[in-house]
Amino acid sequence: MAVSDLVLHEADHKRFTAILDRLRKDANAKVTFLIDKNGQQLAVAGQVDGLDPTSLAALSAGNVAATDGLAKLLGEREFSTLFHEGEHDSLHINVVSGRAILVVIFDERSSLGLVRLRVKKCTGELGTILDDIVTRSQSQRSSPTGGATPFAEITDDDIDALFN
Amino acid sequence: MTFINYAAREINCKIVYYGPGLCGKTTNIQFIYDKTGTGAKGKLISLATESERTLFFDFLPIELGTIRGFRTRFHLYTVPGQVFYDASRKLILKGVDGVVFVADSQEARMDANVESIRNLKENLREHGVSLEKVPYILQLNKRDLPTALPAPELEKALRIKNEPVFEAVASRGTGVFETLKAVVKAVLMDLKTR
Repeated sequence: MAVSDLVLHEADHKRFTAILDRLRKDANAKVTFLIDKNGQQLAVAGQVDGLDPTSLAALSAGNVAATDGLAKLLGEREFSTLFHEGEHDSLHINVVSGRAILVVIFDERSSLGLVRLRVKKCTGELGTILDDIVTRSQSQRSSPTGGATPFAEITDDDIDALFN
Repeated sequence: MTFINYAAREINCKIVYYGPGLCGKTTNIQFIYDKTGTGAKGKLISLATESERTLFFDFLPIELGTIRGFRTRFHLYTVPGQVFYDASRKLILKGVDGVVFVADSQEARMDANVESIRNLKENLREHGVSLEKVPYILQLNKRDLPTALPAPELEKALRIKNEPVFEAVASRGTGVFETLKAVVKAVLMDLKTR
């Protein structure tokens, strides 16, 4: 397939989590998520009890994808920020480097202005890590040894066992 | 685009059920949801109209078990089948790892099947993916209906490469898990060859 796989290592995850945790504290937010544009959760910081991170990731990605479609209809490259205001909790969604989505959930203890300011400050750092990951994936794919995954040796029996 | 997460020791793949309106894409996903144990599935999300037609997508995350120490997670999506939702269909194909084409076996829906395959090809191409290369399964659904065409006739008209073909009655669950298993296998085998 034409598109490289996304491979997230432990060290990448730690870097993301450290930034998300700092953002959560600085913005006085409840939870911060980083999601890839296809709806996969990359990292999270904060209390996720009672939340369904998988669904949240898929729906946020769908939301951004639909909004991207609207932007293109208007001749815009993208609408990089979305904001959904609830009675108690609100959702701030920001596209990072065109590759990932930063979701911040916050309540009345914070404000849209504060969240926007703090998000702006950390998107550059997140973007740098994302660029590193993509560059590494591409260079591994094109290296003579290839980007061998743990799945290179999968057998039919392994797959059959999944359904037993 | 498969997502391999070494931090969480898991692999995430995206499978899209495609096909014309009312062919049974949501019914497939609903049956998988109903028959999968609580620990192995997430919430089934349906973004549907008031008349229960898919508006944007259905989404079901399932976990099948462990391979080589990695949890295998599959995100199943359906697209809205109605012709005028093409922009939404295109969005949902982004990052797809495997496609199930659900064909409606009824004679009257033959043109809709053919048009939907053409539309799938075109939408994949816009994401830089070729239907010839993507892991792909053909499901002939609604085999129980008296108006269903013979399977060989449908295969002749709809099979586009050497993809596995499964006959199904999704409303009863016939062929649903066989189709899922085949697409999972095709996706994992594709991953192996990269």
